Amino acid sequence: MLEIRNLHAQVDGHEILRGINLTVRPGEVHSIMGPNGSGKSTLSQVLAGRETYVVTDGEVLYNGRNLLELAADERACEGVFLAFQYPVEIPGVSTNYFLRAALNSVRKYRGQDELDAMDFLKLVREKARLVEIDDKLLNRSLNEGFSGGEKKRNEVFQMAVLEPALAILDETDSGLDIDALRIVADGVNKLRSPERAFLVITHYQRLLNYIVPDHVHVLIDGRIARSGGKELALELEEKGYGWLEKEARRVEPVSA
Amino acid sequence: MLTTKDARDSYLAAFEAVEASRAVAGWLAPIRKAAIARFAEVGFPSLRNEDWKYTDVSPIADTEFRWAALNERLHPGSLEPHWVGGTDVHRLVVVNGRYRGTLSSVGSLPRGVRIGSLAAALQDGADRLQAEFARLADYRGRPFTALNTALFEDGAVVFLPPETVIEWPIHVLYVTLGSAEPVVAHPRTLIVAGANSRLTVIESFVSLGDAPCLTNAVTEIVAEDGARIDHYKAGQDNDDSFHVGETAARLGRDSAVRSHVVTLGGRLVRNEYHAVLDGEGGDCTIHGLYLLNGRQHVDNHLRVEHGRPHCTSREFFKGVLADQSRGVFTGRIYVAEDAQKTDAKQTHMSLLLSEEARVESRPQLEIFADDVRCTHGATIGQVDDEALFYLRTRGLDADAARNLLVYGFAEDSLQQVRYEPLRRHLEKRLLDRLPQAVVRRDEL
Repeated sequence: MLEIRNLHAQVDGHEILRGINLTVRPGEVHSIMGPNGSGKSTLSQVLAGRETYVVTDGEVLYNGRNLLELAADERACEGVFLAFQYPVEIPGVSTNYFLRAALNSVRKYRGQDELDAMDFLKLVREKARLVEIDDKLLNRSLNEGFSGGEKKRNEVFQMAVLEPALAILDETDSGLDIDALRIVADGVNKLRSPERAFLVITHYQRLLNYIVPDHVHVLIDGRIARSGGKELALELEEKGYGWLEKEARRVEPVSA
Repeated sequence: MLTTKDARDSYLAAFEAVEASRAVAGWLAPIRKAAIARFAEVGFPSLRNEDWKYTDVSPIADTEFRWAALNERLHPGSLEPHWVGGTDVHRLVVVNGRYRGTLSSVGSLPRGVRIGSLAAALQDGADRLQAEFARLADYRGRPFTALNTALFEDGAVVFLPPETVIEWPIHVLYVTLGSAEPVVAHPRTLIVAGANSRLTVIESFVSLGDAPCLTNAVTEIVAEDGARIDHYKAGQDNDDSFHVGETAARLGRDSAVRSHVVTLGGRLVRNEYHAVLDGEGGDCTIHGLYLLNGRQHVDNHLRVEHGRPHCTSREFFKGVLADQSRGVFTGRIYVAEDAQKTDAKQTHMSLLLSEEARVESRPQLEIFADDVRCTHGATIGQVDDEALFYLRTRGLDADAARNLLVYGFAEDSLQQVRYEPLRRHLEKRLLDRLPQAVVRRDEL
């Protein structure tokens, strides 16, 4: 489904991603872990189509297509979804209002009929239950005055409505207390399916207690320094990132 | 335009003509005379006048406006799109500065309440109204107010005795209508809310017909002690027309006036708002929104005077400027020496959608008391890239995402409109004026 080959990207002339290789198949959950500044968020933003990042080398294939030549909204229509680490607050636009516009834009792209207000409302009620998000919140200005937990729940709620094929969760666990974390993780787990893949980006292992990954990758200095199964996350929890950073930097001069 | 004629002349001539034909109410004549004398002296404001530094009124001064005909034919159906709410509204129509009873539907009113023609009310010799008339709107200091005071024919009056609550909103629709030549109208309105009374009043300004119009309006609002007034001014003139309007309010002890000044039309618009907090505990909130495109020019000019201690004032203005439009915001807060514990806040946020749009933002604080809290803030920005990206990752294309953000920016202001039918009406108008109507408004 997703094939990242030797991906290099920079922002303001600083190279952040320095040769990422990753293959994700339908139904898989991949976790990308790594210390601050290792390039985790950059990777998610590049995949979602943020124009401030410049891809300088490599390629990304999504269902066999060159993902990098698609605009952010086309990627969304093709089924890529990014749950933001810091969801944006938009005054004057309610979640429901914007999401219906978005859903219909996606449906139109896919050749499906647009949903009318009643059908949309039904869909919203059903999906809102999934992440235990209050209906009232959805009629308020998008993310404005929401707590950290409410914002993250809203991200997962939007994901549930838009039903992406590839969902990227960028530090969805950051800033969540244990109850909120559980609700968000439950929501994600309910959305797992044989057709849908997840890229779960996190700094901490604790999220992976709830969303159990098939593969864990450690990103260090813009490269995947190590890949393994879910036990790798536990090892990192115990030992921290230091030993891998040392290892990666020892190897670097040779491979560079 | 080269002319030997002074721009003042036609107005002075109009005054002579009207004065000759008028059945003069004794007490009003000297006020009118003083006003026209003042206008004759100062004329139209120039850019050298600090209060008019960014608004050039020469398009108004250079246009020969005809005295608006009083009996211009008007099909009631043409007013229909401008009404809000259902039958539970007191509706008043003022056409070319004249109250039109046949087009109005005031409905039944509590005892002592007067809603209708201002001229009739002043003729009836209601002392209370005479005492308030031209007290707040300063014709000595403001040339357009001088013109209105000298030349107004009629307009609307709202008078509530103390302890009266009017549940239905009062909607005054001011129509300026010219079929062939440019016309000018000077509607005048006086709102007196007795102690502890409560009302909602909506002033809608529209220009109909093909010729450009000048509407030169003055509205005086008196909130006696403890009165609560929700006031809306909705400017929906057509894009060839001029609008100059003064809203002047006096707030008594513990009264609250909450205004929302929305401008969605007009070629050159000047909204003046002058509020005087004249009793302790007064609370004045003025929201504002303007959405401009083409070559529209809108100037919001506010002055809030804290005359007594423990008063609160809030000004929240937002503007969206596209194309070559121009916006001016001046917000002056004056705090008198004994107005301690004043709490005043002012913000002006503008969103520029084009390189050629321009906005001037002028906060002005004059504070003579020492124990006050006064803040002001202004932002001038473009559509936020981060927000744009966020919406695009959800599947909205760039235009739709941009439009939604602009809509949201403006809607954020309209959410402060507490009378829901009006809010929905304005939201619809707002969408009509957005560059591309990608965003639709359905009830969710």
